[in-house]
Amino acid sequence: MAKTLAQEFTKGLWEEIPPFRLVLGLCPVLAVTKSVANGLGMGIATTFVLVCSNLLVSLLRNVIPSKIRIACYIIIIATFVTVVELLMQAFAYPLYLQLGIFIPLIVVNCIVLGRAEAFASKHNPIYSIADGLGIGIGFTLSLGALGAVREVLGEGTFYGMEVFGSSFEPFTFMVEAPGAFVCLGLMLCLMNLAGGR
Amino acid sequence: MREMVKMVLVLTILSSFSGGLLAAIRNNTQDRIDSQVLKFVKGPAIQKIMEGASNNPIQDRFALQVEGKEKNFFVGVFDGAPRVIAFETKGSGYGGDVGTMVAVNVKTGRIHGVSVTTHNETPGVGARVETHEDFKNQFRGIEIGTETKVKKDGGGITAMSGATITSRAVCTAVRKAGDLYNKVKPRIREQLSTFSG
Repeated sequence: MAKTLAQEFTKGLWEEIPPFRLVLGLCPVLAVTKSVANGLGMGIATTFVLVCSNLLVSLLRNVIPSKIRIACYIIIIATFVTVVELLMQAFAYPLYLQLGIFIPLIVVNCIVLGRAEAFASKHNPIYSIADGLGIGIGFTLSLGALGAVREVLGEGTFYGMEVFGSSFEPFTFMVEAPGAFVCLGLMLCLMNLAGGR
Repeated sequence: MREMVKMVLVLTILSSFSGGLLAAIRNNTQDRIDSQVLKFVKGPAIQKIMEGASNNPIQDRFALQVEGKEKNFFVGVFDGAPRVIAFETKGSGYGGDVGTMVAVNVKTGRIHGVSVTTHNETPGVGARVETHEDFKNQFRGIEIGTETKVKKDGGGITAMSGATITSRAVCTAVRKAGDLYNKVKPRIREQLSTFSG
């Protein structure tokens, strides 16, 4: 059954929202969502890579020999990741200092390679962009939401702004690594309840 | 055979395109990245070791050609005269180079202060060097060019506990700073004599 363009876009926002439904790309999800700003920054960087690599893979899908397709995808993805890294250093250096190693690690984020292999290599460029954009925005929103919960509880701030006032004792467990797992698990549980699974 | 040729061709073209694109972007962002690093990483480090200076050391800098490379020297004005000069050297740490800003009092030839700029050390272990003032303060007042070593290597510097390699890296950087300073001392004097803060 062929989906419409709009369906390809919106599936990434709920039906196949990466960290919660596909449970993919968890390394950056757990590591960088200490704050909303970090989560959104990482999400936007990943979205850029995802859209660009989907477009290119889709354009070249008839040229790339199937035996070396993974190698070609990795070259394409790695190129765009380096582009993002350089641009972030030039224009958003404080964010780059926060995200550090996780920017180059977008190369091995299985969402990006997964979309290239599972979607872009079989569909035309317009659909591939819609797919990349949808999944990317879904990923960004998930990271933002997770970052929001962790930042509000763990630091008592939202996007750096004070939420509860000075009498609030931050629940620092939430911004540490184990807090990421607990928070992700609870959010998954809520998503499944809401989705009726 | 034809397939082989095609595979080689596709990979070659893709890689060269990728290399070209990255080189172009790097060339165009290099200056901006350098100025961002100066502002967000080196800036605070310089400000910290130059505390009490009556000028802005980041603005009052000059560049010298050292071994074919351009190197920045930052000037600090104390008691109405350009007394302190700061520059960066590198020592090899646990996760790559540890950039160290070394400030030297030109009049006495002693170290005015040491501060760490860019590094990739383990968070909570080597990365403590950023905030570990007791460790860095040990270098104050040492004559520049003296062999600085951690106690384990027979020197007089107490290493940060659990982070001997990082401590060694800072010692190496300070030693290198001594070599460099002695090499360019006449040229620094020359620059400072024409200095007008």
